[in-house]
Amino acid sequence: MKELWHRASDSLIGLGAEVRFLLRLIILVPGALLRFDLIMAQIWNAGALSLVIIMLSGLFVGMVLGLQGFQLLQRFGSEEALGTAAAIGLVKELGPVITALLFAGRAGTALASELGLMRATDQLSAMEMMAVDPIKRVVVPRFLGGVIAMPLLAAIFSVIGIYGAQLIGVQIMGIDSGSFWSQMRAGVGLSDITEGIAKSAVFGVACSLIAVYEGYYAMATAAGVGRATTRTVVTSAVVILFLDYLLTAAFL
Amino acid sequence: MRRSNTLNLGTGMFMVLGFAALFFLTTQTTNRGLSFGSTPHYDVTAKFDNIGDLRVGAPVSMSGVEIGRVVKIDFDMREYKAVVLMRLNAKYNQIPTDSDAAIYTQGLLGGKFIGLTAGGAETYLKDKDQIAFTQSAFVLESLIGQFLANSAKGQSAADAPVSPEKTK
Repeated sequence: MKELWHRASDSLIGLGAEVRFLLRLIILVPGALLRFDLIMAQIWNAGALSLVIIMLSGLFVGMVLGLQGFQLLQRFGSEEALGTAAAIGLVKELGPVITALLFAGRAGTALASELGLMRATDQLSAMEMMAVDPIKRVVVPRFLGGVIAMPLLAAIFSVIGIYGAQLIGVQIMGIDSGSFWSQMRAGVGLSDITEGIAKSAVFGVACSLIAVYEGYYAMATAAGVGRATTRTVVTSAVVILFLDYLLTAAFL
Repeated sequence: MRRSNTLNLGTGMFMVLGFAALFFLTTQTTNRGLSFGSTPHYDVTAKFDNIGDLRVGAPVSMSGVEIGRVVKIDFDMREYKAVVLMRLNAKYNQIPTDSDAAIYTQGLLGGKFIGLTAGGAETYLKDKDQIAFTQSAFVLESLIGQFLANSAKGQSAADAPVSPEKTK
């Protein structure tokens, strides 16, 4: 019982620390925007380097949606609705969520292990000794890079996915291309797109925060760095799916 | 310096790609679309008693070939009819003026589209012309209503299998 209580209070402490860390980052954001070159480098690290995995996954997810959707809709004789089904599914759910999960695996772990190694090799303490705030110089640009990159990655994922569905539906299964696109245009509203963007923006903040928090407060040992990366992926995945449920309920 | 430039270029390209994707999503997958590089076209209108759930963007076809799209749907308050503005590809400029426009359904539950059937006139439709002969959308509810009324009429009230309360 006591053990359980300790576990619960530990995780509450962790949550509180993480939120306070977020507030600290947010206060430093305006100052960090002046060093845009640092943020650019992190957008490159978090975003551009994740492009290949995002695009490949988007293509395959779209193609699977095309196949499954076609099989299902064929029973009702309304294969043309595939465009709407794939676009809504990708833009509102699959795009933001899968991108965020992949992002946590690709960029989040890189961030956490990089910061953890900086901690383990005392680089962060060295910065403090030179009166350079490591949070401002190292952490905030990484956080912002992730926040900026995520919605763009999710949008790219969705577009590639829609073309994947189109590839299967139109090119292979022979749905009329005109009705595929026109039904999609009729069925997808601007609110669906904004929902997708809002979700991916929230996921971007959550994933980047978790990665930099775990990295920054990693134990200064080799095992600590390993633990930080593992915890980044696990916590991110759970938080993303939890937030996804909340946001979906809020937008309904 | 050189490395930082290629890095900036790559990041810039990533940003452009991302925003292009966002732009594509907002314009091409929703009906707020801007149509790029518009091909030469001409507009014709047609008035229908009932267009069902015909939507803007629905195809206009002739013999199953898409020749244009519905670009605007309006309501005429004097005649109480739906006015459908169709944008036809200028390539198909020899459609007789007495052609017939009908609203059909794709598949069982699919979207509606407009099918044109050529008439026999020697003059062809031009920009801003109106198609006089139209046939309304097939509305499932009214068809079922008609069917029920007919079947009730055809049978005696005692052994009518469907909705006997409809028969007086």
